[in-house]
Amino acid sequence: MFQQFSLNHVYFMLTGLGWTIGLAAIALIGGSIAGSVLTLMRVSANPVLSRIAQVYIFVVQGTPLLVTLFIAYFGSTYLGFTVAPLTAIAVAFSFYAAAFLGDIWRGAIQSVPVGQREGAHALGLSGADTMRHIIIPQAIRIATPPTVGFFVQLIKNTSLASVVGIVELTRTAQIVSNATFKPLEVYLTAALFYFLVCFPITLFSRRLEKRLSV
Amino acid sequence: MNPLDFSGVFSRADRLVDGVWLTAQISLAAMVFALAIGVLAAVLSLSGNRLLRLPVFAYVEVIRNTPFIVQVFLIYFGLPALGLRLDPVSAAILAMSIYGGAYTSEIIRAGIQSINRGQIEAGRALGMSPLTIFRHVVLKPALASVFPSLVAQFILLLLSSSVVSAISVAELTSVGNDIQGLTLRNMEVYLIIALIYVALVAALKGGMTVLERLLFPFKFLRR
Repeated sequence: MFQQFSLNHVYFMLTGLGWTIGLAAIALIGGSIAGSVLTLMRVSANPVLSRIAQVYIFVVQGTPLLVTLFIAYFGSTYLGFTVAPLTAIAVAFSFYAAAFLGDIWRGAIQSVPVGQREGAHALGLSGADTMRHIIIPQAIRIATPPTVGFFVQLIKNTSLASVVGIVELTRTAQIVSNATFKPLEVYLTAALFYFLVCFPITLFSRRLEKRLSV
Repeated sequence: MNPLDFSGVFSRADRLVDGVWLTAQISLAAMVFALAIGVLAAVLSLSGNRLLRLPVFAYVEVIRNTPFIVQVFLIYFGLPALGLRLDPVSAAILAMSIYGGAYTSEIIRAGIQSINRGQIEAGRALGMSPLTIFRHVVLKPALASVFPSLVAQFILLLLSSSVVSAISVAELTSVGNDIQGLTLRNMEVYLIIALIYVALVAALKGGMTVLERLLFPFKFLRR
């Protein structure tokens, strides 16, 4: 017999929401680390490094996330790693996030006026010091709103992990929907949870944008 | 680690072609509908009327702050409860159009807002009808100025079509899943699938560059 859609199911979906946020947070941290490397490669004077970063960004941004997840899911065992699927998926999300963050941050660094770099050079600062004390502090201001906006994309996109069996919010919704046969109510509940998490972050990102642009 | 063996994938190239064809069809259909929804929503949201603006605001924010796969499930599994049962392909196109329309409307709205009011007044002074002014003085230059953002959005829409494999639409990713089940060569299959998507994105980008020159030749005039 079908179960009634009850509060217990909603609690179960809340645990899924925890995994959704956890996965997105891991992807943001992992993606930030890899994305920083990618950004530095992209803006470096070395044409080979810059080109590698460019191709990486093009390929990852040109592949559907779902296919990237399949490659990570099967690829980790193919390469002989014995890791939990969750680990493989978290790594895949980090690589995915790195491609987008690398692109956002490159744009931010390049939008710092050239005069700043020239001024630092005239004052006798080294290239690394110019980057650390002059360029990056200004670039962070520019990069913050789109980075926060991308975090919303990450939270939403962790829903695709449900397809490879990670029990996050969307997967819990599928399980509850199959048990209760109330897909409309269940998926509306899931959508509401996503909205309640994502919308405030979206608004926050927009406020940052407005405050920084004046 | 076994050596990669692509023979099982290549011998099913005909199925991959079918998958690419369906992916192209649903993506192009969704792009056209998303553009139509986007223009309509942008115009409504810029109208002075609160009653028109509020529903558009709700539509855009709800769609942009919930995952696409949940929207797909709501349309395919949820709507039958309200008496609307769609086949997988129609459900996919509907979901992609609604999803793409929300993002497109924000882009087009920015484009329309960038039009100088003096242009509209000039059109009126020349005796153009409001519809002519909207089409030729507002919409066309607006689309021309935001065209690169629209292309980026259409690429995301093309990539999002892979998600509808979850409701058994036989597009490229779904074909990949089938071949994977038959050959058990999962790495080979998904590497090829990824490569095809990258090629499709490159082709879409190239096609859009040509389209931009055809539709908006005035952008390329040397002054």
